[in-house]
Amino acid sequence: MTGKLVLENLKNRPLRSLLTILLIGVPVTLILTLVGLTQGMLTEAQNRQRGVGADIIIRGSGVTSVTSYSTNSIPAGMVDKVQQQPHVKMAMGVINHSVELILFLTGIDVAKFNRMTGGFTYDQGGPLQGSDDLLVDRLYAEQHNLKVGQTHRLINHDWRVVGVIEPGKLARLAVQMGTLQELDAATNRVGQIYVQVDDPANINLVLEELHGLLKNYSVNTIAEYTAMYNVDQIPAIKPFTKVVAAIGVVIGIAVVWLSMYMVVLQRTREIGILKALGASKAFILGIILIEATLLGVGGTVLGIVFSYGAQWLIRTLVPASFQMAIVYGWWPRVAAITLATAILGALYPGLSAARQDPIEALAYE
Amino acid sequence: MSNGAIIETRDLRKVYRIGQVDVPALRGVDLDVQAGEFLSIVGPSGSGKSTLFHIIGGLTPPTAGQVRVGGQNLAALSDAGRTKMRRRAVGFVFQKFNLLPNLTARDNIAVAHYIAGLGRHPDVQFDEVLRLLGIAGRLDHKPNALSGGEQQRVAIARAIVNHPAILLADEPTGNLDSENSKAVLEVLRDLNRRLGQTVLMITHNPEAAAYGDSTVHMRDGRIIDRTTVS
Repeated sequence: MTGKLVLENLKNRPLRSLLTILLIGVPVTLILTLVGLTQGMLTEAQNRQRGVGADIIIRGSGVTSVTSYSTNSIPAGMVDKVQQQPHVKMAMGVINHSVELILFLTGIDVAKFNRMTGGFTYDQGGPLQGSDDLLVDRLYAEQHNLKVGQTHRLINHDWRVVGVIEPGKLARLAVQMGTLQELDAATNRVGQIYVQVDDPANINLVLEELHGLLKNYSVNTIAEYTAMYNVDQIPAIKPFTKVVAAIGVVIGIAVVWLSMYMVVLQRTREIGILKALGASKAFILGIILIEATLLGVGGTVLGIVFSYGAQWLIRTLVPASFQMAIVYGWWPRVAAITLATAILGALYPGLSAARQDPIEALAYE
Repeated sequence: MSNGAIIETRDLRKVYRIGQVDVPALRGVDLDVQAGEFLSIVGPSGSGKSTLFHIIGGLTPPTAGQVRVGGQNLAALSDAGRTKMRRRAVGFVFQKFNLLPNLTARDNIAVAHYIAGLGRHPDVQFDEVLRLLGIAGRLDHKPNALSGGEQQRVAIARAIVNHPAILLADEPTGNLDSENSKAVLEVLRDLNRRLGQTVLMITHNPEAAAYGDSTVHMRDGRIIDRTTVS
């Protein structure tokens, strides 16, 4: 009977119910989108690192986080030095220049890159040949409407698009290493060195050798390095997520509070009737809390549906700049946050409804 | 204070505080209502009828004096105690019907049964009462699809679904035309005569009051007269 009372109440004010669900759903979407973006972009970057086919990565001494490989501080000569170490099959230096938030223009040694990775898969065009040639991945080409043969300006330099590649191997925007070194005033410098070992069984041996050789550098196996691609390793992401979640909670509490307060005002007389029939304070409070909980469930479901919409929008409008994953693991978390928010928001209106004087409530017009 | 009456009040007083002023609504009411009696209470506005109704119905406590309903001393009950008492001991019929607008007639009756802790569905014998009330075929309609007379008869069904000791009716015909008023009053008299339901009815209307076995006249918070129909 309580369920029926609640459902009929919700059905009786469909616009209010839907608006409340919508307003609860928006912060849920925000949280899921933020988490999905973080996860999606980290996974995409992780896959590209794995796609190199290297066993070890050497980064400069100034790196502060997993994504900070924009400092091109390693002398290029170090690549040859590493190449000469026992059990090292191949060492390849690359240089990076940040183009967007975490989108980099990567300077590569084409010959070495092809040997280590097997080369790019071309959707259009072919490999880098001239010094101003640029390869863009399919997503970047879609977002910027680029075709082979077009000129594209990046870091104040005009490049000629010579190929559109499938993403998944280190770079999303690739140019000749020498050109980028020159443009970045980083001649004879590289950002990181990828090392391929002759036998996977020798990875730890080579790692120890390199640790001894490169005391001031960050040396990790690719497995260790890609494992760092998680939220905990990205400075400010976790607090930022918490701040967005907190804002969502505050908005949610305010929305539910206002909505349920209106409900209590509009149904003052009905509350009086229920009290005249002998409904206890707990019964009245229960109706309000159950109604708020249902609105919270509706908001959570709508927020999840909207997060798919956000993913579609991002894929359609900015596929190269952002990648968003649907993080199922966060569904129960946002549900718990939303339900707690709904209950907190409904508590005061519910208690004030439960405390109403039946005579005054029955006289309410 | 026990003479077998189902309602007994002695020196019942109620004072409302409005701002800084105490306003006496009841100034010492002594009243006995026997089980199975149909009592009408009449009096001008402000005479204390509704206050008496609210106290006997357990909606508000008295300021002083004693009030017993079905042997229960309401003056000694807490708010929660009075809430519990309202579930089974009394049934209310209001002037404005006071049905829950979102529920069907059937659910309006069921909600009273449910709140009383008796489950959702009234017993099968209650179908006979619904036929007596003439609403058996209108139970799946919401209040806005029912006439005033039908709404009031649903309200009566809701009031008696838990077999309360007393049925309290506050101006039950106040919002009805004469035809529907007559129908509702006859229903109340039928319930009283056929089922022995004790009825206490407040009314302004002398014709409506005449349906009762006796009539209590109130003025200025006191009972000034009690007449019994011969």
